[in-house]
Amino acid sequence: MTESPPPVVEMRGISLAFPGVKALQEVDFRLFPGEVHALMGENGAGKSTLIKTLTGVHRPDAGQVALAGEEVAFSSPGEAQHAGISTVYQEVNLCANLTVAENILLGREPRRFGGIDFPAMRRRAAEVLARIGVHVDPASSLGEHPIAVQQLVAIARAIAVDCRVLVLDEPTSSLDAGEVAELFRIMRVLRDEGVAILFVSHFLDQVYEISDRMTVLRNGALVGEHLTADVDRRTLIAQMIGRDLGALEAIEDAAEQRTSHGPVLLQAEGLGRRGAIEPFDLDVRAGEVVGLAGLLGSGRTELARLLFGADRADSGRLLVDGRQLKLRGPRSAIAAGIAFSSEDRKGEGLVADLSIRDNLVLAMQAARGWTRPLPRRTKDQLVEKYLKALDIRPANPDALVRTLSGGNQQKVLLARWLVTEPRLLILDEPTRGIDVGAKAQIQQLVTTLAAEGTAVLFISAELEEVVRIADRIVVLRDRRKIAELDGSTGIDEVVELIAGGAAPEKVVS
Amino acid sequence: MTTLAPPSRFLPVLATVGLFVLAFGIGSARYDGFASGQVVANLFIDNAFLIVLAAGMTFVILSGGIDLSVGSVVALSTMVTASGLRAGWPVPLVVLAVLLIGATLGLLMGLVIHKFDVQPFIVTLAGMFLARGLCFLISVESVSIKDRTFRDVATAAIELPGGVTITYNVVIALLVVAAAMYVLHRTRFGRTVYAVGGNESSALLMGLPAARVKVGVYVISGLCSSLAGLLFSLYMLSGYGLHAVGMELDAIAAVVIGGTLLAGGVGYVLGGLAGVLVLGTIQTLISFQGTLSSWWTKIVIGVLLLVFIAVQRTMVRR
Repeated sequence: MTESPPPVVEMRGISLAFPGVKALQEVDFRLFPGEVHALMGENGAGKSTLIKTLTGVHRPDAGQVALAGEEVAFSSPGEAQHAGISTVYQEVNLCANLTVAENILLGREPRRFGGIDFPAMRRRAAEVLARIGVHVDPASSLGEHPIAVQQLVAIARAIAVDCRVLVLDEPTSSLDAGEVAELFRIMRVLRDEGVAILFVSHFLDQVYEISDRMTVLRNGALVGEHLTADVDRRTLIAQMIGRDLGALEAIEDAAEQRTSHGPVLLQAEGLGRRGAIEPFDLDVRAGEVVGLAGLLGSGRTELARLLFGADRADSGRLLVDGRQLKLRGPRSAIAAGIAFSSEDRKGEGLVADLSIRDNLVLAMQAARGWTRPLPRRTKDQLVEKYLKALDIRPANPDALVRTLSGGNQQKVLLARWLVTEPRLLILDEPTRGIDVGAKAQIQQLVTTLAAEGTAVLFISAELEEVVRIADRIVVLRDRRKIAELDGSTGIDEVVELIAGGAAPEKVVS
Repeated sequence: MTTLAPPSRFLPVLATVGLFVLAFGIGSARYDGFASGQVVANLFIDNAFLIVLAAGMTFVILSGGIDLSVGSVVALSTMVTASGLRAGWPVPLVVLAVLLIGATLGLLMGLVIHKFDVQPFIVTLAGMFLARGLCFLISVESVSIKDRTFRDVATAAIELPGGVTITYNVVIALLVVAAAMYVLHRTRFGRTVYAVGGNESSALLMGLPAARVKVGVYVISGLCSSLAGLLFSLYMLSGYGLHAVGMELDAIAAVVIGGTLLAGGVGYVLGGLAGVLVLGTIQTLISFQGTLSSWWTKIVIGVLLLVFIAVQRTMVRR
């Protein structure tokens, strides 16, 4: 890869803010013709936002986008498509009820006498499919084909127009190995034809296999642009996860001080679920913070969901206080004192259109059962207490949750679980997408809770945070628990493990 | 890979056609004179307006919407027709005015649904009250149609081979079905209706004119409703604010029984036609029986609807 040809896409100083979040800050990005360029970063790093800025879904607050040297400002995906930027999304965005040919060509179909010329349309579709070596009957309906084929049809649609830039946003997440190989073959064909391909994937192996160049983002900011051959996995992961220490060092000391823990509270023996996480053993003691480390898709959330009964385990057993517990669902987990604060706080945690008070009361009432109503005064006292304890702003119990910033929503979600006084609190990405100040407060809260005897299972994509806060770190890779490390382990060692540098057998807790 | 697919796609429509044949077969076996060409022709004559309504409704339901206003628009159309003719307007002007009113009402409802992102159910419910109210603004009485030309068209019989006669209504209804089929299956607009009904956000991301289609289907439905109103005027030879009460539900029932998914994206105009014929046959069966109350029709339709919707659910889940 030489830099002799001018970039086909050049984005300079792109900034974009959503209410409460700086999604992108001064990001530069270039894409050259005839290359596969991987966009790397953990969840919330700003990958999708950057892509959407390129494809006209969002308009940047500041910065320029240039296509083949000319400055452009797309106001819709349609305009971007017209200019030669086609996008294939993670979920197949086609219509399963139409035929393959219609899905490829609808909107620019050949016409005759005012109607669609179906024979010509099928011929054109077959040509496009042949160009990428896919053999499906254009007249068959799209819904009959497996997702992988639908994905390839989506690519066929993308390249059916004159396409200079092809954006593939996590196209492989639902494909198996053979299907991925097929996709990569097609990507290479297109690359050799001079198409610039922007590729997003959470699978490092795939990125190293297919990409020529990569750009790494973290927290909405550019970390670096490299030729893939120049970066090893360790460096890449360190860049993605970040190593910025800062205002948060004090918390580590607290973790160090907690040396003695209570009795074993929760014990998982060979617990597992096919397709989600392989059987694992795990002990959690009262007053202990256990961190879960691993890349996205390594099984972090899946493990947590098993412990909470949100998914049913198909092997192994779960003991609470030494007694076996049959988790029939979240209700029985809550009854056993387990709380799960989901990473998807909007979808699974909070009722956005209710006030802070109502959200907290919901959880209290659920914990007590509907036959024992809470007196108004108790409610007000509790709400007051948690507003203060968590420093939720605005400190107005009647503010609608929808109007709060991400960090404060997260605090309300935490408060919602804390009012039920759980014995084990599972926190899935509690600090994602929130500012540093709120992050520190939440981490502080976790250490306080642990000091008071609550067991905490802490999941975060930010390794720095996990290492700092946890007494024990469980490392996951490819849906397997591969190691259990002491809290004093250095971050480098954990990175090594996550990247797959060391064989799992050699690592002992 | 090979084209073994079409049968499964057409299955719901074929089931409805099968049901029609079955119902007709039962009638033929039990009653003398049931199995005659004229009985079939009468099915079309008595339901021509419903066939037109169902064709328009098919567009709306395919796009994932619903139009509750069609019955009231039929009533309004009969009212405008009858009072226009009474006032001495020439027939072409009356026809033009009626179609214009229907299309405009549809356009307004479509725009509200699209611009304000309101549930079609609510908007067309409002349209239904509006149109029904407008009828009584014109007259609270039934207005009979005495215009010569109009009556001639209404009573004219077209002789078919075998001594069977049909009215112009039937010809118009079948022309509408043919036009609807062409638009839905052969034009970009029609295919986009399917795309929007199948997955609206995908259709948008595919760069299809989703907005135009979402408004357009209500214009088409409004147009079909007013045309059905004209046919109903020909059939009843009167205009009345209480005509066609609940007819929107008959139209929806016919379309659903014809195999069109209420969720949108799947279905055929011919299915709606078959659905109307099934409803008509059941009505004929009950009138041949003689002793049963005509309300039994509603009961049978209710049961059929439930069965078809249950079948649709299982098919969608698969």
